[in-house]
Amino acid sequence: MRTSLLHHRGAGRWIWPLLALLAALPPLLAAFGLEFYVGVASRILIFAIAASSLNLILGFGGLVSFGHAAFVGLGAYTVGILMDAGVSSAFIAWPAAMLVSGLAAALIGAVSLRTRGVYFIMITLAFAQMFYYLMVSLKAYGGEDGLPLPARWALAGLDLKDDASFYWVALALFAAVTLGLQRLINSPFGWLLQGAKENETRIAAVGGRVFAVQWQAFVLAGAIAGLAGALLANLNGLVTPHLMHWSQSGQLMVMVIIGGAGALWGGALGAAVLLLLEEILSGYTLHWQLALGLALLLVVLFAPRGLAGLWRRRASHG
Amino acid sequence: MDWILVAEQALNGLQFGLMLFLLAAGLTLVFGIMDMINLAHGSLYMVGAYLAAAVMAATGSFLLAIGAALVGTAAFGMLLETTLLRRLYQRDHLSQVLATFALILIINEGVRMIWGAQPVMLNTPAALSGPVELLPGLMYPAYRLLIIGVGLAVAVLLYLLVTRTRWGMWVRAGASNRAMATAMGVNIRWLFTAVFGFGAALCALAGSLLGPLLAVQVGMGESILILAFVVIVIGGIGSIRGALVGALLVGLVDTCSRTLLPALLRQLASPEVASNLGPALASILIYVLMAAVLFWKPQGLFPARG
Repeated sequence: MRTSLLHHRGAGRWIWPLLALLAALPPLLAAFGLEFYVGVASRILIFAIAASSLNLILGFGGLVSFGHAAFVGLGAYTVGILMDAGVSSAFIAWPAAMLVSGLAAALIGAVSLRTRGVYFIMITLAFAQMFYYLMVSLKAYGGEDGLPLPARWALAGLDLKDDASFYWVALALFAAVTLGLQRLINSPFGWLLQGAKENETRIAAVGGRVFAVQWQAFVLAGAIAGLAGALLANLNGLVTPHLMHWSQSGQLMVMVIIGGAGALWGGALGAAVLLLLEEILSGYTLHWQLALGLALLLVVLFAPRGLAGLWRRRASHG
Repeated sequence: MDWILVAEQALNGLQFGLMLFLLAAGLTLVFGIMDMINLAHGSLYMVGAYLAAAVMAATGSFLLAIGAALVGTAAFGMLLETTLLRRLYQRDHLSQVLATFALILIINEGVRMIWGAQPVMLNTPAALSGPVELLPGLMYPAYRLLIIGVGLAVAVLLYLLVTRTRWGMWVRAGASNRAMATAMGVNIRWLFTAVFGFGAALCALAGSLLGPLLAVQVGMGESILILAFVVIVIGGIGSIRGALVGALLVGLVDTCSRTLLPALLRQLASPEVASNLGPALASILIYVLMAAVLFWKPQGLFPARG
C-alpha cells in the first residue's frame, strides 16, 4: 500500500530472503568454482553504494550532479594517504573518508546550488575536474600513476585480505546505507527534498528552507560517496586520479538512470546491471562496448523511467 | 619574459579557440533551440577527422579530404537526427544524457571496428609544412596560420548567417522562444535537421583541421566535448556571440597558461615546485574561470533567453 506519492517502500517482505541470498553468495560461488566473481560482487556493492548516494540528490532531489566521482575519489585518497602514513584501522579510515568527502561536498554544494539546470551540471563538473587535476599533479601521492596501498584494513579481528570477508563488510555497509536512505527519504526532510524537485517556489511558500535541505542532501550524498571510495581503494589496492575523471561521474549517472532515478533501489539496480553487462559482454566479444551502447539505447527508448520504473508500472497496473 | 613566446602562445590560443568555436556553435544551437543535451557531438568531430584521414590516405588531396569529411559527417549527423535524436526532444535531460552516452559507446566502437584501435595518421599538406616569418624573429607554422584564417572566416560567415539572414532569424527565434517561433510559422522540425547537419559539418571541419596537429584516435571527441560545454556555458546557452567569446576566452586561457604559468612560477618558486604545480594550475584554470563566470553571471555572459 502506498500512502503517498512521496513514500518509498523498502523491499518489503522480500528484504530478508534477498539479504540471505546476497550473504550466501561467496560460499555459493565457491561451490561452483567461481571464486573470482566474489571480487566482482564486492565491486557491484561498492558502486551500488556510490550510485545510491547520487540517486539521493539526482533522483529524489532533481539535482543533476556531474561531479559525484570527485567525492568517491576523495574518500579513496583519504584512505590511501592514511595508509601511507601507517594508519590502517577501518574505524579511523571510514569516518575520515566520509568527513573529507562531506567537507568537500559542503563547499562545492554551497557554491553550485546557487545555479540550476544545465549550469548546475556544468559547475559540479568544473569542481570535480579541479580535484582530478589536483591529484594528477600531486607527485607525492603518485601523481598520474596513482598510490598503491600496502595492505588492506584490519577490522576487529577480521582479515579483509580474504575476499569473502571483504564482501560481507561491503554488504553490511550497503544494507546500512540503503536502510538509512529509505528512512531519510520517507522523513519530513525527504518530503521537502522531493517536493522541491517538483516545485521549489511552492515548497518555499509553505516554509520549507529549500537551499538548506538541498545543501544537506548534497553533503550527505558526498559523504556516502566518500565511504564507497574508501571501500573501493581497499578492494583495488590502488588509488588513481582516474577514479575522479568525469567519465566516472558519467558512469555513476548512467547507473542511476538505467536503474531508475528516484526509485529507492534504482542506484543499486543500475550498478548491478551495468557492471554485470560489462563483465558478461566483454567475455563474449571484443566489441562489447557496441553491445553495451545498444542495450543502454533500448533502456532509454523502452524504459523511460529506468528498470525500476518498469517494475513499478507493472505493480501499479496489477 | 620573452615577447616572442607570448605572441606565439597567443596565436596558438587563438587557433585553438577558433576550433573550439566550430564545435561550440553547433552544440549551443542544438541546445538552445531544442533544449537537447547531445553528448555525442564530440563523436561527430571524431568521425570527421577519421573520414578526412581516410580520404587523404586514398587520394593524397587535403582539400578533397576536408570536403569529403564535411559532406560525409553532415549526412551522418542528419541521419542520426532523423532516426534517433528526434525521438528524444520531448524527453527529459536525463534520458538525453543516457541515450547520447550510449551513442558515444556505439560510434567509438564502430570507428574502432572500421579503422582499428591504433591512431590514424593525417599529415599536414606539404605546401604548408614550413614556418612563416610574421615579424622579425617571430616564426610561426604556416599550417596553424591557415587554421586561424579558416576559423576566422567561418566565424564571420556564421555570425552573418545567424544575424543577417532569414534562416538565422528563424534559428534565433527558435533559441529564444521555441513555442512562439512555432506559432509564427517556423518549421522547427525541418529547421532542426538542417541545424544538426550544419553543426555536424562544423565539427568535421574542426576535426579535419586539427587532425594533423593532434592524434586522430578513438575517444578524441570526449575531452574536447567537455571543453565545448564549458565554452557554451560561459558564453550563455543558445548564443552564437557567447560561443565565440567563450571559445576565444577558453582557448587563450588554456593554451597560454600551459606554457606561461610554469615559466612565471619558475621565477617565483623553486624549479621543482614550478614543474609540479604549473601544469596542474594550468589545467584547473579554465574550470576556475567557468566557476567564477557562473558565480557572477549564473546565465553565462550573453544569455540567449530573456
